Amino acid sequence: MSQKYETVIGLEIHVELKTATKIFCPCPNEFGGEPNTHVCPVCLGLPGVMPVFNKRVLEFAVKAGLALSCEIASYSKFDRKNYYYPDLPKNYQVSQYDLPICKLGSVEINNNGEVKTIGITRIHMEEDAGKLLHGGATITSSNYSRVDLNRTGVPLIEIVSEPDLRSAEEARAYMEKMKAILEYLDVSDVKMEQGSLRCDANISLRLVGAEKLGTKAEIKNMNSFRSLQRAIEYEVERQTEILDEGGRIVQETRSWDEEKGITVSMRSKEEAHDYRYLPEPDLVPIIVDPKWVNELRASLPELPDARKKRFVKELGLSEYDAGIITGSRALADYFDEVMIKYNDPKTVANWVMGELLRLINAGDMEITENKIKPDQFAALLQLQADGTISGKMAKTVFEEMFATGKGPETIVKEKGMVQISDEGALATLIEKVIAANPRSVEDYKAGKEKAIGFLVGQIMKETKGQANPGVVNKLLIEKMK
Amino acid sequence: MKISKQDVEHVAVLSRLELSENEKENYTETLNSILEYMELLNRVDTSDVEPTAHVLPLINIFREDKPHEPLDRKMALANAPDEEDGCFKVPRIV
Repeated sequence: MSQKYETVIGLEIHVELKTATKIFCPCPNEFGGEPNTHVCPVCLGLPGVMPVFNKRVLEFAVKAGLALSCEIASYSKFDRKNYYYPDLPKNYQVSQYDLPICKLGSVEINNNGEVKTIGITRIHMEEDAGKLLHGGATITSSNYSRVDLNRTGVPLIEIVSEPDLRSAEEARAYMEKMKAILEYLDVSDVKMEQGSLRCDANISLRLVGAEKLGTKAEIKNMNSFRSLQRAIEYEVERQTEILDEGGRIVQETRSWDEEKGITVSMRSKEEAHDYRYLPEPDLVPIIVDPKWVNELRASLPELPDARKKRFVKELGLSEYDAGIITGSRALADYFDEVMIKYNDPKTVANWVMGELLRLINAGDMEITENKIKPDQFAALLQLQADGTISGKMAKTVFEEMFATGKGPETIVKEKGMVQISDEGALATLIEKVIAANPRSVEDYKAGKEKAIGFLVGQIMKETKGQANPGVVNKLLIEKMK
Repeated sequence: MKISKQDVEHVAVLSRLELSENEKENYTETLNSILEYMELLNRVDTSDVEPTAHVLPLINIFREDKPHEPLDRKMALANAPDEEDGCFKVPRIV
């Protein structure tokens, strides 16, 4: 692509918080459930009810703010954001307008080795809306829709970035970093596919060197890291074409169509950005005690960057390996647990990143769904290290462990996979193979060292792959001297 | 006149109200007279008064994060004009 324009991106991230109850009523905050079974008069928006704020939501929001180096507001309040839509029973969303709980933070991202600091404008608390199930295939082709209000009132924080991102890759790196930090904080499930982590992107272009921002389009409906990146790439291309042809960008909301791989303009009616915010009279202001904030600060877990540095410095892992393993708290915790029983960081890292992640990605699974217990993982590596099984066998056993959750010893026994390393047991077989293959022996003696490979292969065949290749090699050389 | 007919039309759209020409004229006039009357408030000197977010002298009313038994679904849907598969059924949205 030409370097005529600079891409400017800001992201708004919505995060569903992992509380037990909703933000303003004690209805359970659980994903799924039969429609309209997690509801009460408050979240249904019935007249005359009083919302009461869930303290845990404040705690989670402040934790997120601290982890993102934000200022925590000493005085904060809720506001009503007014709009009409069937997923919003009160006809207003309780959110925060001018006094959000956190502001002016930053986060460091690493985009393929390039480190950059991205500003955080603000973090505010709000309630989620309900879910619409359309009668037809899409909203426009539906004659009616069904409304499930289970999600109404689920606590959200919205994290707004400064327009500091310059490419689709940076936006993705930022989003991945956010996911990791929020996962470490244990404040959200952060599953994009389930909607507990969602993001809208504001994208504009300007001539390289220009200071004034161009007109932006807001892109919605990106449900994975991949679609975020693709949607931004498409949008940049679309805007470049318009500008190159001397056209003007229309400020509008566009929806990402995953199947067609394009962004589509949403109807202007839906985006009448005139929310007539007003202070929420049913909820009282929040004044945060600095002592409590300090307690929360002290209780923050080790965050991804710190853990990565520790893995590099103390365990001798490469930047790349440490980055991948600490990119998910579940994975890093798992790695640590395997390490307790098998203290060889590089071997464990290779297995975790190679075999474990390969199988998890192939199965489109979460780390936590992995059936192999850390001590079983360590036991397998031990079996390989002491020569009981070969490296190749270990991989087969690993796949079996991953599929069945059985321990490595059980699988090795069931499959009769024990490696033969005993010299006495192998000696007879080696003599037999030498006697049966005089030409290869001669070749070897004549200096064709490769001929030994054939002999090793014969022995492996005789033992159904159970002979220890190192021992076989050593014995063969001795016998053929 | 502070509020124009266009303002009334805009607010009507936001409020999902359909107004006749007569009503638009009428509301333009009445809304303006209300605003003119409220102008009185601007005569009060508020230069050393902090903006007020809430009229009651209360702060930090919190609830513990403990679930209650949600409403029975039949009750939740009792007043719905129409329902389907345990959901509220609403007319075409766009």
